Amino acid sequence: MLGKLTWAAIPIDQPIPLFAAGFVGFIIFCVLVYITLKGWVPYLWREWITSVDHKRIGVMYVFLAGVMLIRGFSDAIMMRSQQALAFQAPGYLPPDHYDQIFSAHGTLMIFFVAMPFVIGLMNVVVPLQLGVRDVAFPTLNSVSFWLTATGALLVNVSLVVGEFARTGWLAYPPLSELTYSPGVGVDYYLWSLQISGVGTLLTGVNFVTTILKLHAPGMTYMRMPMFCWTALASCLLIVAAFPILTATFAMLLLDRYLGFHFFTNEAGGNVMMYVNLIWAWGHPEVYILILPAFGVFSEVVSTFSGKPLFGYRSMVAATLVICILAFMVWLHHFFTMGAGADVNAVFGVTTMIIAVPTGVKVFSWLFTMYGGRIVYSSPMLWSLGFIVTFVLGGMTGVLLAVPPADFVLHNSLFLVAHFHNVIIGGVLFGAFAGYTYWFPKAFGFRLHEGLGKAAFWCWFIGFYLAFMPLYVLGFEGMTRRMQHYDVPAWHPWLLIAALGAAVILAGIVLQIAQVVVSFRHREQLRDVTGDPWNGHSLEWATASPPPPFNFAVLPRITEDDTYWGMKQRVLRQTDTGEEPRYEDIELPRNSPTGFICAFFATFMGFALIWHIWWLVAAAFVGAFVTFVVFAWRDRTEDRIPADEVARIDRANRAARRAALAQMQPAQ
Amino acid sequence: MSAAQGTAGRDLRMGHAARDIVSKRIIVGYGFWIFLLSDIIMFSAFFAAYAVLSGQTAGGPSGRDVFHLHIVAIETACLLLSSFTCGVASIGARAHNSLMYYGSMAVTAVLGAAFLFLEAREFAGMNAIGAGPSRSAFLSSFFTLVGCHGLHVTLGLLWLLTMMAQVFAKGYRHDILRRILCFSLFWHTLDIIWIGIFTVVYLTGMAQ
Repeated sequence: MLGKLTWAAIPIDQPIPLFAAGFVGFIIFCVLVYITLKGWVPYLWREWITSVDHKRIGVMYVFLAGVMLIRGFSDAIMMRSQQALAFQAPGYLPPDHYDQIFSAHGTLMIFFVAMPFVIGLMNVVVPLQLGVRDVAFPTLNSVSFWLTATGALLVNVSLVVGEFARTGWLAYPPLSELTYSPGVGVDYYLWSLQISGVGTLLTGVNFVTTILKLHAPGMTYMRMPMFCWTALASCLLIVAAFPILTATFAMLLLDRYLGFHFFTNEAGGNVMMYVNLIWAWGHPEVYILILPAFGVFSEVVSTFSGKPLFGYRSMVAATLVICILAFMVWLHHFFTMGAGADVNAVFGVTTMIIAVPTGVKVFSWLFTMYGGRIVYSSPMLWSLGFIVTFVLGGMTGVLLAVPPADFVLHNSLFLVAHFHNVIIGGVLFGAFAGYTYWFPKAFGFRLHEGLGKAAFWCWFIGFYLAFMPLYVLGFEGMTRRMQHYDVPAWHPWLLIAALGAAVILAGIVLQIAQVVVSFRHREQLRDVTGDPWNGHSLEWATASPPPPFNFAVLPRITEDDTYWGMKQRVLRQTDTGEEPRYEDIELPRNSPTGFICAFFATFMGFALIWHIWWLVAAAFVGAFVTFVVFAWRDRTEDRIPADEVARIDRANRAARRAALAQMQPAQ
Repeated sequence: MSAAQGTAGRDLRMGHAARDIVSKRIIVGYGFWIFLLSDIIMFSAFFAAYAVLSGQTAGGPSGRDVFHLHIVAIETACLLLSSFTCGVASIGARAHNSLMYYGSMAVTAVLGAAFLFLEAREFAGMNAIGAGPSRSAFLSSFFTLVGCHGLHVTLGLLWLLTMMAQVFAKGYRHDILRRILCFSLFWHTLDIIWIGIFTVVYLTGMAQ
């Protein structure tokens, strides 16, 4: 009846995960009770859970990323403290548990922190920058989000029911095959990523279509802001790379569930095929993450330098070159496979070539700042911290791209330091810069600057303290994923690294405090003009937060000036009180389809993990019925009458004019 | 002369204006094409796995021992014919011709089901002689590649029947016509993939 699921699945003998999960469960329970008692459930259901508005979905993505960041970071701090303590001692985490922690840390941070964060920013910003009302497929967008949330939920369920994978974040066979990992850990890993992968793929399809086909009149490709270009490149990579991940995981699942021989040691299976396939997805994946971050930095650096982006066209070209080269370097992740000197040399060279377009970008940001009036706001601090840190990480990357050097440093902490160097210094700093930069657009008030700067410095210093020692340890021969060790030379460096993690923890605490303080002082921090930073793209030409329809009248872009020109023209109309002709606006209706699909997907995933076959069938039928019911509905859009549009728009315009009038005497 | 130039100029301007507001049909068709491309990439991963593992028979049967080209030829004929009837169905839907629409959709369904029946028989036959997917890496990759295509045909049949029911219940509404467009794109794509399978798996397998 319940497949492999028995009471033994609950790890009563392991206090740490049980207590952690119990504590988190208790908090979630309290929040749910509080929400219910306050009567917020109908509001949440109507305005958020069933919302197909790209801004709302974007906010939910970023929220999910934030929560998972805390979960992933607690894994990180456990690893750092374990390694600080485990010098000639067992430490406090048994190997079995330690292996689950590093596997969960990588999986969570890539799939459920970095991915939702950049996709969330794309959701909030891209349609606004294009000057349109929504993405191409709004309901599909909601389905994508809820499937991602399903994946995150399943990973966290593994804390309490069963176990998580002990195979590292990419689950290399043969260790991940049934023979060596007979438990449900790898199944949790595979099914949660299969489900969230479908969500990500649909997001990619949705945004490629949106960016290539939906524009405000006159918004040609070469007038699009840089963030739209990088989002496009990132989504093209999603469409081209995620199907490979799906196929690869499907093969591993067939091996595990039906005794196939794709990656087994016997009957002709080929282990290295898994490694090749997973990195054919995995290398593009790092560009899926970093390209939108590059877009954020382009927007932030240009805004806070008060200058147009230097070399817009070469930036576009560099983005697309990276997009293509991303598929030609995967083998550098396993030079030690034994493909031979020629193959390794080719992949080493292609890897180094990627440094060229990336260098173009770095110089473009530097020249954008050159001669500009730089405002050192917190988004700008993240960007400056990024440039320094990312260049360092890029250089260690080029070092690893030299096959002979890679043979020495392969699988060492040098590698761990390198990829944290580019992912934290690149993707995460970019995500935080974008979060601070666009927060007022999403919520209508700015974040507290002082706390934001303090959080930045904690992250920045903490990062260097935590990861520079790992470079040294790599040279000293310490391999990754070590539960304990007895080399005295390593111990002091690991203590410094643990201290670094503690400083980053302070940064995270400050970020949480920043949200709370900013919310409390939201009236002082209110953004009435809709344009708090004097930005240049179209998202700053509408109110903050934007009305559900984004723009009362779609902006018409005619000038070639991509910088300020179009925003200024739209705002000039507002400021002179010149009224456009308002018309009825049709918006897609809210729909619970995404939430219900995710509900069934959660049960289907759980049932597949535990071999509860009747539940698998029931959940599949449920999901299919949901689709048919969705397809059967007759009204797909709600009409907002012109009067209502005019009322909302007039109020926003009046508020902006009043704010501007107040500012004038002050200047 | 100048009048002609004027017309051409206006056409150009109209062309520009027309590009500004893209019709929903274009957007849906375009988005679905992007999805299909991603599906083709997924198949290409299975093709790659098959190419790597096709020689790994682990002492078991090779393609030559288990493939029956005449059955595969009938399967191919069914699928290609069904693509034709699917095209006729979409013309019927656009013309609001119910006889043409339902008739050719039904024929498409029958041909698709015939294909699936033949494939299932092939699979069962191989299983019966001990050439199942867990026999060797070659057979694992064969069953996965061909089975994944078969799974797509099965889901396509489910979709086909749903589309027939939708037109029956709702008529030739714009959104339903757009879905029929997507369905026919899907069905034709399965043909393209089958041609790849026919060549890479069956023809090459018999030649080896």
